[in-house]
Amino acid sequence: MSATHVVDPSISSRRAAAASEPKRILVLGATSGIAEACIRLWAGRGDHLFLVARNAGRLAAVAADAGTRGAAFVETAVADLDRTEHHGDLLAHAINALGGLDVAYLALGVLGEQPKAERNFHDAAQIIHTNYMAPVSLLTWLASYCAQRHAGTIAVLSSVAGERGRKSNYVYGSSKAGLTAFVDGLRNRIDREGVRVITIKPGPVKTSMTQGMKGQERFADVDKVAVSIVKSIDRGNDIVYVPGQWRLIMAVIRAIPERVFKKLNL
Amino acid sequence: MPSVVENPTTSAAPETTPAKPPFESWGRYPVYDADVRSIQWQDQFPRVIDGVHHGALPVGMGRSYGDVCLLKEGTLVKTTGMNRLLGFDPATGVLTAEAGITLAQILDFAVPRGYFLPVSPGTKYVTLGGAIANDIHGKNHHVAGTFGCHVPQFELVRSDGTRLRCSPRENPDLYSATIGGLGLTGMITWAQLRLKRIVNRQINYEGIQFHGIDEFLDLTAQSQNIEYTVSWIDVTSTGKNFARGIFMQGDHVQIPGELKPSRAPKLTFPLELPGWVLNGATVGLFNTLFFNKQMKHRVTALQDYEPFFYPLDAVLKWNKMYGKRGLLQFQYAIPWEHAREGTIAILHEVAKSGLASFLAVLKAFGDVPSPGMMSFPKPGITLALDFPIKPEKSFALFDRLAEMTYEFGGRLYPAKDARMTAPQFQAFYPQWQRFARYKDPALTSSFWERVVGAQGFMK
Repeated sequence: MSATHVVDPSISSRRAAAASEPKRILVLGATSGIAEACIRLWAGRGDHLFLVARNAGRLAAVAADAGTRGAAFVETAVADLDRTEHHGDLLAHAINALGGLDVAYLALGVLGEQPKAERNFHDAAQIIHTNYMAPVSLLTWLASYCAQRHAGTIAVLSSVAGERGRKSNYVYGSSKAGLTAFVDGLRNRIDREGVRVITIKPGPVKTSMTQGMKGQERFADVDKVAVSIVKSIDRGNDIVYVPGQWRLIMAVIRAIPERVFKKLNL
Repeated sequence: MPSVVENPTTSAAPETTPAKPPFESWGRYPVYDADVRSIQWQDQFPRVIDGVHHGALPVGMGRSYGDVCLLKEGTLVKTTGMNRLLGFDPATGVLTAEAGITLAQILDFAVPRGYFLPVSPGTKYVTLGGAIANDIHGKNHHVAGTFGCHVPQFELVRSDGTRLRCSPRENPDLYSATIGGLGLTGMITWAQLRLKRIVNRQINYEGIQFHGIDEFLDLTAQSQNIEYTVSWIDVTSTGKNFARGIFMQGDHVQIPGELKPSRAPKLTFPLELPGWVLNGATVGLFNTLFFNKQMKHRVTALQDYEPFFYPLDAVLKWNKMYGKRGLLQFQYAIPWEHAREGTIAILHEVAKSGLASFLAVLKAFGDVPSPGMMSFPKPGITLALDFPIKPEKSFALFDRLAEMTYEFGGRLYPAKDARMTAPQFQAFYPQWQRFARYKDPALTSSFWERVVGAQGFMK
């Protein structure tokens, strides 16, 4: 009678499967604050992890933490992901070590320094390379791999900063705008092949990347953000704003006419 | 010349931040401006303090009450982002973790695995590094000693970049100086902690009313084999109710039970109360209600470990209850020789002053020695009081109590102090000169500057 009692049986069984079977997860940019908070959650439930980051000592600490918290398998590779020519070998090695791939999580990125990037193309290009070019290279490889097998989830950390160019960080914002468009398009291509592609758009989060920014004490808590992200990856959502209220905030910000927006100090 | 004029923001800038509002200690007195720089990684120290001019100090959660975690116009290196677990041996219970991890985070990990902290302070919101640096104690001091007794080794990084593994065998002097060393010997990057086994979250609790110090001492003598003992004492009452209190004791339940993780607290103290709210009348009323809440002389109950160990953690930021002016803590340890008479004399002095203290805690310290050179506890009685700050009255009382503590052969706890004088500190801790040899020349605190003065900078 009442529709509230009708539950899609596939939802609960999918959830049960998510809870019981450990996932094989590849994390690219594993020492980023948001990535590390997610790694702790995955480790705590016994998932298999392959972690990639540039700084060997820091990566070892993240891996030790994951192993201690209960990850069933932790392997690492030290790599500078800016060097796209090594991506193929690195990804193949990681997937071999994991014995397959359930989730690829791309968390590489730099905030850069906007004032420098405004004046110096080299600085701007560096931000765009790390935040856009390198992920495009990784995603191209991963998309083929997953589409061939009709399986896997590709989750990409983009940013609400990519939703509208603002005077205070448009270089970073443009790199994330490009990334968002690329990931959205990729989803539209390979979702029908059975591959989940998730665009994750965090608002400002309290991590080392945002340290020193004005109002940082009011930014979102990284552990809560990680809980939402891990849940969204389990569910296979398409576009995720974290925290959720940023979907509304960005809708408002996008709706401001440019002739007004250009006079604001955002 | 250019090398002398260092820009303090060069190498460390992207990873540091000036924090607003100022970093406060739990007593919110004194309040100093400082440059707060957060670190997330072990490799950031000492680079993070390159070029600082007025000294630096590692700090954690800021739960010490006075100024041991403050540095006026200096640089505070906040370690809470450096909070990874590095290893755990389920057979021995030895946990290795980065020093900025909190005891709450350790409990979240350990309790579901059947382990517990070897020593629990009154709040779980302190860091591992802070617990070592203040060599904290808990309700089981009479059987377990201080926190430092359960720390087999740690890594210390000095401001010159030297990384030293410290244990009773390796660098034993720095090991001893760092336990209770108030963060002045270097940055603790990681430490090991020997956890203890539990099979149940619950505590077999027993609360017993007592009237007067002698009844307290009798109960203490009878409870030597009980792991946790502590007493709440009513310091506002005089006459026949003088030194009445509740003796609280407990042991871990030995029957296996579910070891679920704790839930995060939901309550935050909503506002700063005006200073006049906590006065003699309201606190006296609270004390009478609290004493009589326990209707019977003796009450037994099964209690979860959270309310047993951390009753005040249920309300975040409860220190705001004391208003803008903050609170002043006072904690002494008086050795057995004068413990009884000293405690009675001090309680009379407090009751006479009419100043309200409702978090008054009395406990007997045991004789387990601490490895720490500057550790506070010693066998005898310890009493902890707190007062809302009313400058003339509470400072005068505090100074009188400090003087009395000295006369009875006792000493005060730096982690809870904002007032003791340099001569008092140097009399309480005559080993301070030996300790000063192990102090890191780049590190200092407002506490150290206050109690040692210019000699604190041994450049």
